[in-house]
Amino acid sequence: MPRLVSHPDEVKVLSRRFGQGAAEIDKYIELDGYKAVQKAIESGPEWVINEMKASGLRGRGGAGFPTGMKWSFVPKQSEKPKYVLVNGDESEPGTCKDHIIFLHDPHAVIEGTMIAGLAIGAKMGFIYLRGEYRYLLKIVEKAVADAYAKGILGKNIFGKEGLDFDIVTQTGAGAYEVGEESALMESLEGKRGVPRIKPPFPAVVGLYGGPTVINNAETIASAPHILLMGGEAYAKLGSERNGGTRLFGISGHVERPGVYELPMGYSLRKAIFEVAGGIKDGKKLKAVVPGGSSCPVLKADEIDVGLDFDQMAKAGTMLGSGGIVVLDESVSIVEFALRTINFYQHESCGWCIPCREGTDWLKKTMTRFHAGGGSKKDIDNMQYLAENMLGRTFCPLGDAAAMPMIGFYKKFRSEFEDYVAGARVENPLIEIKPIGEPALIGAAH
Amino acid sequence: MPDVSFTVDGKKLTAPAGTLLIDACKSAGIEIPAFCYYPGLSLQAACRMCVVRIEKMPKLQTACTTPVAEGMVVVSESPEIAQARKSTLQLLLGNHPLDCPVCDAGGQCELQDMTFKYGAADSFYAEPKNHREEQQWSPVVFFDRPRCILCYRCVRMCGEGMDVFALGIQNRGSSSVIAPNVPAELSPEHLPHVDCEQCGMCIDVCPVGALTSGTYRYKTRPWEMNHVSTICTHCGDGCKTTLGVRSTSEGSEIMRGDNRDKSGMNGDFLCNKGRYAFDFANQPERLTKPLVRQPDGKLKPVSWEEALTFAGNKLRELRDTRGAASIGVIGSNRTTNEENYLLQKFARTVLGTNNIDHHRTADYVTLAVALQGSANRLASQRDVLTAQNILLIGGDPTNQAPLTAWNLRTNVRLNKAKLFIANTDEIKLRRQAKAFIQVAPFAYNSFVDYLAGDDASANSASVSAQADQLSDFRAAVVEAESLLVLVGNELRDGELTRLINTLPNAKFACIADYANSRGASDMGLLPDMLPGYQPLSGSALAEEFHTPAQPGLDMLAMFDAANSGALSALYVVGSNPVAHYSVDPSALQNTFLIVQDMFLTETAALADVVLPAANLYEKSGSVTNSYGDLQLVSKAADKPGTRSDFELIVRLADKMGHPVKSLVPFGKGLRADMGQSRGAQSGEADRHAVWLTANNLEPKVSPFDSFAILDEIQRVVPGYDKLRRLQLLSGNDQHIAPASSGLVQIENRKNLVLPSSDTLFTSGSLTKYSPMLLDIQKHQQREVADHFAEAD
Repeated sequence: MPRLVSHPDEVKVLSRRFGQGAAEIDKYIELDGYKAVQKAIESGPEWVINEMKASGLRGRGGAGFPTGMKWSFVPKQSEKPKYVLVNGDESEPGTCKDHIIFLHDPHAVIEGTMIAGLAIGAKMGFIYLRGEYRYLLKIVEKAVADAYAKGILGKNIFGKEGLDFDIVTQTGAGAYEVGEESALMESLEGKRGVPRIKPPFPAVVGLYGGPTVINNAETIASAPHILLMGGEAYAKLGSERNGGTRLFGISGHVERPGVYELPMGYSLRKAIFEVAGGIKDGKKLKAVVPGGSSCPVLKADEIDVGLDFDQMAKAGTMLGSGGIVVLDESVSIVEFALRTINFYQHESCGWCIPCREGTDWLKKTMTRFHAGGGSKKDIDNMQYLAENMLGRTFCPLGDAAAMPMIGFYKKFRSEFEDYVAGARVENPLIEIKPIGEPALIGAAH
Repeated sequence: MPDVSFTVDGKKLTAPAGTLLIDACKSAGIEIPAFCYYPGLSLQAACRMCVVRIEKMPKLQTACTTPVAEGMVVVSESPEIAQARKSTLQLLLGNHPLDCPVCDAGGQCELQDMTFKYGAADSFYAEPKNHREEQQWSPVVFFDRPRCILCYRCVRMCGEGMDVFALGIQNRGSSSVIAPNVPAELSPEHLPHVDCEQCGMCIDVCPVGALTSGTYRYKTRPWEMNHVSTICTHCGDGCKTTLGVRSTSEGSEIMRGDNRDKSGMNGDFLCNKGRYAFDFANQPERLTKPLVRQPDGKLKPVSWEEALTFAGNKLRELRDTRGAASIGVIGSNRTTNEENYLLQKFARTVLGTNNIDHHRTADYVTLAVALQGSANRLASQRDVLTAQNILLIGGDPTNQAPLTAWNLRTNVRLNKAKLFIANTDEIKLRRQAKAFIQVAPFAYNSFVDYLAGDDASANSASVSAQADQLSDFRAAVVEAESLLVLVGNELRDGELTRLINTLPNAKFACIADYANSRGASDMGLLPDMLPGYQPLSGSALAEEFHTPAQPGLDMLAMFDAANSGALSALYVVGSNPVAHYSVDPSALQNTFLIVQDMFLTETAALADVVLPAANLYEKSGSVTNSYGDLQLVSKAADKPGTRSDFELIVRLADKMGHPVKSLVPFGKGLRADMGQSRGAQSGEADRHAVWLTANNLEPKVSPFDSFAILDEIQRVVPGYDKLRRLQLLSGNDQHIAPASSGLVQIENRKNLVLPSSDTLFTSGSLTKYSPMLLDIQKHQQREVADHFAEAD
């Protein structure tokens, strides 16, 4: 099992069962598991939605939409069945928070799904894991099976006549694009993973045409904790309009990389220099990609900012998926930019022109630039390209590719210019290796 | 939907709520560019060209997915929007081969137009373009991958529009590519190709030159052609095909057919034949010199004068010596109404016989007679697109009447029309049907009885359908309000009458096989009735023209008469009865046979005189489709050495010594102008008729102007009296219904309907003269063989 990290500044709400064997249902129940859903059953959907609204919980997938409000958009009456859909397609580079939830606390996701289902009147939930997480499927499937065996899922749950809830698990086929909610629904329905036109939004027309609540796995897993501690109490843990705590995956050149649960609004500087132990090997900080690779980069002098949706937006970047990537002085931004655009070029679904062609030309030009064939005009061209993708693509993938690239060209223009003048990558980035089965060694079963 | 008001570029506009902004703007004359948007197909929002600025929205919005809303304020052109469109074009052009100088689409390419408008001419990419080799997907469909901009119009047209789903998208991102349904690994030649209906709709909707037509590519440029919109000669649906015609050293040649101008009632649609099967017109086997059989038994090319004089003299001699009743006339399903009317007039007044018939492909006589006394019960092709409830009984429109099938699919898809199908075969359209009953073989009669309320015939009507399926079907059909009934040619006579009487409030249409099958019937190419289904005696028409009162010989009786030596002469215009009816050639050995045709068909090969005729694409006039929709036929091409059937009939009458003026009422003068003015023959005089008449001038100057007889048709053929000339000449369709009273009443009429059983890739005798159709047939046969191979 991957080593769990810890720091005194952490506020352990979501992560409180991590490392305690809560993937086993008995242990989960012992640690207050499935109490929240029973409380929800007793108190009714309206209470659940009110508590969720009071909690100030905002979507942990990256967009930060208030969860309680999202749930309340689902029409009460519907001809078609309603669904709860858990987005476990965690694919944003630098992000590994849902991974750890599925690994350590899969029942929290199941319980959260049931709570969301109760709130909107759905009798069925889907847990969708990214294709590369297929090894986690065994854990999630076992958790679901155990819940069925205990009468927590299925017909007449908790012995209550007429109260049914089913959960189906599914993995993707390895496309970043299906992390976008409507593309995920297409994928789950067995179609090409391309996004849908919105509106209609999923709350009205979602999976199989039914009203659907689709939430990030972390958002869903937060729900049981919120109901147990009360929405207001949860909200107080965080900052203004940003309730609660959040899992931050801090990676890159820090002494103690890992997933930490910090209150919303916690200082980015402290997160890097105290929680994660500062820059590795005593080197200097160069830049931070604060919320997964799609967020515009922050320079070393821009990190005095609170980790919540609003403060990050004010700082010209995004909180995103909470994957903080720390780059030390040895990193070549040119190489980092190439790696970033390679990812988005590879993952663009090809549906719309600006993203399909834009990422491709950025990649081609960056590749040549990186190989030493660039000119100053290329820097302008690439920035022009990225700026003209921004806001013009069908779904946010194009923005996700354009925003970081614009950040690199604007904030590190001199480094690109030096590169044209002959500077080269001195300390290449480590090779990317896929996560495989070995990550499971020591995990529960 | 109530109207909403909104503002675009400062203009106040209104449109029904729910209208897409792109459509609302189009109606108001504001063009919003788009590659992926295509009316009637599902929305994509993929090309991002239609972005506009909508007040209060943070980003540019796609006009193709935004419904108009009350108070919406829209800017459709601004520097910001122009830049967005320009940069999208720059991205596309980055990978585009820019081979416009040789591209088929050059000059009519949406990418060119947009680039011209937004000036995305500068390129700043140094890297090589993504390239893939061109692929041939079928004899008529080629795919040039680098030109493709991935708008997915073809994919949607094939799937949603045609219900074929032969195209899809492979790979993702910049590797995305449109792919056909038979991949290389499943093909014996290891070449990907399409197994489909070969309609070519994908080519038509392609905004660039990625999909090109096998018969047209690299042959000419769009601006080198004249584009003439005329009616397709093949099935009875009445589609317009716009022919691209190029001048050649000997006349002109049809280069392509398409419907990009959407000028006809077929809207977007054309099938394989409408698009490609004009190629018979350019065939080297075309007859261009009259042929006369010599004493040695061989056909020899002679001059027009010699051939016509010989034929005219001989015909007159036989009429005068052996009697008019010994001469037969056979007309065509592909000649114009004017020619058909003229031919029957020739038979009845010049020869003096009712021995006239044509290859009947639907029972229009029964339809007209059974509906006598009721109004508005004959359906137009346009009704197929709008009717809320439709019963299709018999027939297979997908193969026989592709526009009807397209309209049915479109109506079901876009208007949620309810389609009920009863057929002996599991026809493809059942996929759109709300209910499908498989009628037992030869049991349409029982099925109609069942519909009429005879429960006892349920068992014989269908073997496979359950009792409740049948009763639900009957209830839905009988109780449906505003029902449209499409009848295949399997139902005739008593069955058809019974069906019509069973559904007293429904509208009806019979599906026939060729461009003017209905017109041939309406114009009286029948031995037992006059034009407009009027009786042989007693009608005004009979009195005015002193037509013979005795019914004539029908098609089969004529050949029987020939066999027994009683038929002295047979005049065949644009028909191949020897092949259709498997006539033993020896039956005609003692009959003087005159044939007007394009080719030396089985019938023409037996003739004593063969007159090379123009086809429907080489003449003007009007045709009436299966539904009774009358449309203008415009002369597109010209084949030197041929003459229109109209001219040939007139000349033959002239050579027989008949006063031409009494045959074709042209001009007020006394002398017939037998001049050669091509303009007069092609109906151009009529186009100026309004002006000429207003100036007290005579519009009809030549007896070869087929419109010269249209006045008479309008005057004497009930139903056609309602025709409006301006509508006709403007290229609009008009629905014609036979008179609602005074029609012929004949007991125990012989059933002589002989369906031609054409498929998507045959067209009667024309098939073997169309290299394209022959190619496609080979391609399709290979597909079938492949499927069997897979099954092994």
